[in-house]
Amino acid sequence: MKIIVSIKQVPDTSGKVAVNPDGTLDRASMQTITNPDDMNALEAALKIKDETGCKVVVVTMGPAPAAGMLREALAMGADEAYIASAREFGGSDTYATSQILAAAINRIGVEKDDIVICGRQAIDGDTAQVGPQIAEKLHLPQITYAADIQKDGDTITVRRMLEDGYMNIKTKTPCLITCIKELNTPRYMSVSGVFEAYSKPLTTYDYEALKDDPLIDKSTIGLSGSPTNILTSFTPPQKGAGVMLEGNDRATCDKLASILLEKHII
Amino acid sequence: MNSNFNSSDIGAFKDVWVFCEQREGKLMPTDFELISKGRDLANELGVNLCGILLGDDVDGIAKELGGYGADKVYVCNHPLLKVYNTDGYAKVICDVIADLKPEAFLIGATNIGRDLGPRCAARLHTGLCADCTHLDIDMVNYKEFLKQASTLPADRIEKLDTAVVLGQKHDVSRDLKMTRPAFGGHLMASIICPRFRPCMATVRPGVMKKNAFDQAKADACEIVHPAFELNESDFQTEVTEVVKAAKKLVDLIGADYIVSVGRGISKDVEGGIKLAEELAAELGGVVGGSRATIDSGWLSADHQVGQTGKTVHPKVYIALGISGAIQHKAGMQDSECIIAVNKNDTAPIFEIADYGICGDLFKVTPMLTEAIRAAKASK
Ligand SMILES: Cc1cc2nc3c(=O)[nH]c(=O)nc-3n(C[C@H](O)[C@H](O)[C@H](O)COP(=O)(O)OP(=O)(O)OC[C@H]3O[C@@H](n4cnc5c(N)ncnc54)[C@H](O)[C@@H]3O)c2cc1C
Ligand SMILES: Cc1cc2nc3c(=O)[nH]c(=O)nc-3n(C[C@H](O)[C@H](O)[C@H](O)COP(=O)(O)OP(=O)(O)OC[C@H]3O[C@@H](n4cnc5c(N)ncnc54)[C@H](O)[C@@H]3O)c2cc1C
Repeated sequence: MKIIVSIKQVPDTSGKVAVNPDGTLDRASMQTITNPDDMNALEAALKIKDETGCKVVVVTMGPAPAAGMLREALAMGADEAYIASAREFGGSDTYATSQILAAAINRIGVEKDDIVICGRQAIDGDTAQVGPQIAEKLHLPQITYAADIQKDGDTITVRRMLEDGYMNIKTKTPCLITCIKELNTPRYMSVSGVFEAYSKPLTTYDYEALKDDPLIDKSTIGLSGSPTNILTSFTPPQKGAGVMLEGNDRATCDKLASILLEKHII
Repeated sequence: MNSNFNSSDIGAFKDVWVFCEQREGKLMPTDFELISKGRDLANELGVNLCGILLGDDVDGIAKELGGYGADKVYVCNHPLLKVYNTDGYAKVICDVIADLKPEAFLIGATNIGRDLGPRCAARLHTGLCADCTHLDIDMVNYKEFLKQASTLPADRIEKLDTAVVLGQKHDVSRDLKMTRPAFGGHLMASIICPRFRPCMATVRPGVMKKNAFDQAKADACEIVHPAFELNESDFQTEVTEVVKAAKKLVDLIGADYIVSVGRGISKDVEGGIKLAEELAAELGGVVGGSRATIDSGWLSADHQVGQTGKTVHPKVYIALGISGAIQHKAGMQDSECIIAVNKNDTAPIFEIADYGICGDLFKVTPMLTEAIRAAKASK
């Protein structure tokens, strides 16, 4: 049995985000991190490994430096890592990204008692679409927004969050699950883990390695295989600064209340 | 799914459809928002606007959608569709789409819509734009929107009539232009899906304005039952239980007045929330909060405003002790009037506030409640 965790390297959008004058992102000025939800996905897999001794495999698609993130995952306790990286994969939207990741996961191999785990959403593209799209392409049942995962033999039970409550959903392996941050608290790398990480296998899948998969075709991957196109990107203007009222006493509040009344806001 | 279906045969597709989500036999508020927006888009394209509603015996709720602008509602009834399940819903929707070929397909970006949308788009081999906050067909409207909502120079906006798609010039005037925030709201992007149909979008709840309900239109709305097949064997997952949150959730999205608190209440959390409640009660509104207040366990998650919470545009949004992080602004900056109270005069919230008061919220809030009460009494 193994668990395949799909993890993405992302710019840290929680700090300062620099945007170039032409509306594109100044990625060079930003730190990269492992996508936060994917840390929860990895932790969920490592928990099951702690209980069952199964194998944990991490996979990513991205430029070569993303291998550094995979080493960190190996240091946390993953056993093997794969990076799909090729010029042909660049410019992929979620359809094409999931096509490539599904092909990579096919190459790793999904067996009867395996589980694929993704984060719910990446903090850069922010779409939450890649997980379900991988599931469709691998013909796996999907359960998204997982806040709790229970495994009993080949039966998986997940608490799937809704805005107004939750659902309990049952399925059999193999299946795909997407995780939210409420699921767990990711562990840290251990010193021995960091040491061992460098002797664990990290494999690169280039275009050649994946091209025989039926999912891989010029019309389904990369820019030419992406159904969506970005017409334009831009930054929103700052809303015109309003009025700073003078003082902070009752008179200030009365003034504000009378403005609101005049403008029929209250 | 119809084996002749070809998503790149653009000319074969017509009409705008909205996936109308029901939970426990009740339509969701997003359904009315999307039907209202879909009506505009259908008018601009000169086509019909149709809802598609899945459930068990849900004909009775379908006509209401007509009152907000649907010409027609496709209703798919089946006991296995009573509760949302990815397998059943994706199968029926893809099968019906493959038969009837809508050109655009809108889905509310609820936890259910964001599960269903990508599964269907992958199966249909088409594009899906995530969590949109603005939709346009008409180029004049679209450019006008960009002039207001972007920092793009006018000459760049003027050049957006065509895009380069696979090395060819492509006229975007009949494409749905789907605008969405990414990178945590730091960047906006307009997405098109020029080569495949249906063009699909999930749309953020609470963003599109709902039309006024029109009973005559509801009466005239046509109910159609499209053919579909569904069997137990189509299901790989089973929903064993649906549990509703015990407490009544706060309805931020529908509220005209929201008083939100942030970490600024930390020295007296209960007192701070009470002051906010009193101010909200005076205005006839509700209390919300920044993520800091949710993460600290002071308010439940349904109160959260922002990128990972609710998007709101009330008449008045009052921020008490909230710094104004971009992720918070993403959920409230389109409020009609923003009032901020913060003891730090350089807090970023003041950059978007219409009226700012620099002071201690514990002192200012009760005075503001009193002042508003007095002002209303003088009316
Ligand atoms: C401004 C902007 C807007 C965009 N809008 C759209 C859009 O509306 N529709 C669209 O189809 N594409 C869109 N894209 C393209 C999209 O961001 C990329 O395809 C991206 O590679 C994947 O999408 P995501 O970051 O949203 O991932 P998500 O779908 O949010 O990621 C969910 C999970 O999938 C897994 N995953 C995702 N990417 C990888 C990866 N590279 N390696 C390993 N695991 C991964 C992770 O487990 C992750 O937690 C947009 C891109 C930009 C820059
Ligand atoms: C991926 C991601 C998603 C996020 N999503 C959201 C989201 O949806 N919503 C959200 O809100 N945040 C979100 N955040 C968090 C966001 O970045 C901020 O951390 C958060 O909004 C801060 O909350 P705050 O303003 O209450 O707290 P702080 O930033 O700590 O601000 C507290 C403010 O209170 C003021 N203050 C203190 N005492 C007083 C007093 N007595 N009187 C008056 N003022 C006082 C201070 O001057 C300060 O400005 C997200 C972050 C990430 C990384």
